[in-house]
Amino acid sequence: MSELRPDLAAIAAMIRPDARVLDVGCGDGALLEHLKTKNVDGRGIEISQANVNACVARGLAVVQGDADTDLVDYPAQVFDAVILSQTIQATEKPRAVLDHLLRIGRRVAISLPNFGYWKVRLSLLTGGRMPRTNTLDYSWWATPNIHLCTLADFVDLTRECGATIVEAHALNDNGTTAKMNPASLTHGYLGPNLFAQGGVFLLKKS
Amino acid sequence: MTEAPRFLRPVTTPSADVGMAVTFEAPLPLDCGRELAPFTVAYITYGTLNADKSNAILICHALTGDQFVASDHPLTGKPGWWITMVGPGKPIDTDRFFVICSNVIGSCMGSTGPAEIDPSDGNPWGLNFPVVTIPDMVRAQKRLVEHLGIDKLLAVLGGSMGGMQELQWAASYPDCVRAVVPIACAARHSAQNIAFHEVGRQAIMADPDWQGGEYLLHNTKPSKGLAVARMAAHITYVSELALQRKFGRALQNRDAKSFQFTPDFQIESYLHHQGASFVDRFDANSYLYITRAMDYFDLAEEHGGQLADVFRLNSASFCIVAFTSDWLFPPVENKRIAHALNAVAAQVSFVEIKSDKGHDAFLLDEPEMFATVRGFLNHAAQDLS
Repeated sequence: MSELRPDLAAIAAMIRPDARVLDVGCGDGALLEHLKTKNVDGRGIEISQANVNACVARGLAVVQGDADTDLVDYPAQVFDAVILSQTIQATEKPRAVLDHLLRIGRRVAISLPNFGYWKVRLSLLTGGRMPRTNTLDYSWWATPNIHLCTLADFVDLTRECGATIVEAHALNDNGTTAKMNPASLTHGYLGPNLFAQGGVFLLKKS
Repeated sequence: MTEAPRFLRPVTTPSADVGMAVTFEAPLPLDCGRELAPFTVAYITYGTLNADKSNAILICHALTGDQFVASDHPLTGKPGWWITMVGPGKPIDTDRFFVICSNVIGSCMGSTGPAEIDPSDGNPWGLNFPVVTIPDMVRAQKRLVEHLGIDKLLAVLGGSMGGMQELQWAASYPDCVRAVVPIACAARHSAQNIAFHEVGRQAIMADPDWQGGEYLLHNTKPSKGLAVARMAAHITYVSELALQRKFGRALQNRDAKSFQFTPDFQIESYLHHQGASFVDRFDANSYLYITRAMDYFDLAEEHGGQLADVFRLNSASFCIVAFTSDWLFPPVENKRIAHALNAVAAQVSFVEIKSDKGHDAFLLDEPEMFATVRGFLNHAAQDLS
């Protein structure tokens, strides 16, 4: 088994053994397959048909669909955890998606890129053009990331949605992760909101 | 119970594999309250059943399909209807799996149906044949599978009405099937689909040669009515885009409009051909009976309309396949099944394949469908001996 992407490894560590898990935007199923080692009963939603085929061939139960339109069909509180990795910034209605995730799962594990990362800020400040970084490597007119935010912005949204942050981790440039104190994200100009390339959060409904 | 190679009507292809048929003496109880006894199921098998009988796959055919899934058709000589899917090295690999395909009861390719002889009076059944349902068809298939000594099927596969039978298998015999692959189908027949079927049935019954359903006694054949039924149905099997691309407004063998009612347009001539070739291989009363069976299909009906309840505690894994341009069984209907299965925590995958070929895509060369089925079956069969 190939090594998991750092944010997926951080999410995997948040999932308890034997849990029922829904991975929204599960890609080719790498995380779901990894979670099988924890005897997790995993399900996926994935928008790309090629990825769904890859999942099916791995024996994973994955439904081709769109987080923006399909979460409404899932009953409340049937999953121990719902996962959304590097996807919320590409949804049409991040607020509605997060509300659904908190409804469907008892815990929600989310990873997202940080638009407040210092390299992004510096790039815009000095170059005067939309930043392109390793994790956000798209021209502005071709990016699927239509709702980018900073970690501080995201923390604000979790409050709006009535969620509590159970755990938070900073994703560093070098692929390492570090636990962060969510309180350190209330001020947007310093701390992990400046120094982390992305974040991983475990949420629950307050 | 008797078993013999058997075929009821003249075989035009001398080399054709006409398959087998088994006649069961013990009655088949039907949803209408009547029973069929004796009854015959005609079928074909491919590949070899392994020692622990765990590699059997049942293929369920569509409305006008038959058991000749990977064999030349004995009446038309045409290749099997799913030759792209079933065979050595194909997604449903007959080198690896024991593949069974049987003719549904009510049909006309060797299984008991309205064109067969009613043992009570020695005449063809005609409209005295009981109205059969999808669950009845599946009950008959279960008898065949038991007859072949198989307790649990590795998989059931099929498209359209075949998919309905698969869902019924999962509902009626949840412990007898490990993997279910419904393609281009629904858990119930929609009002629009019933409407199209009724047009077809009325066309058949309006043909004076139908003779109140007793055309076999009068040596006539409601070919015109049956052809019209097929023409109307065929439109629903293809997408508007495919028709437009294939035919557009092109004229057939002429440079200008004729100002008559002979077929001017290629699409007209194409539909005429579809109708005319169909009547040579299909029985009109069978068409009435099988369309009725599809109309009556509503899997959730017995569960107070709750589709999810049908699949509670189902241990099979499901892979549902839909095609974007299928307007007969649109993706949303296929997806409803996936959501119902999800709601009861069943193992379900759903794939929506981009195709502009309409409902018939499941019979055509669709590489993504082949990849899906191959991958899914490979995984389902990974622990086979």
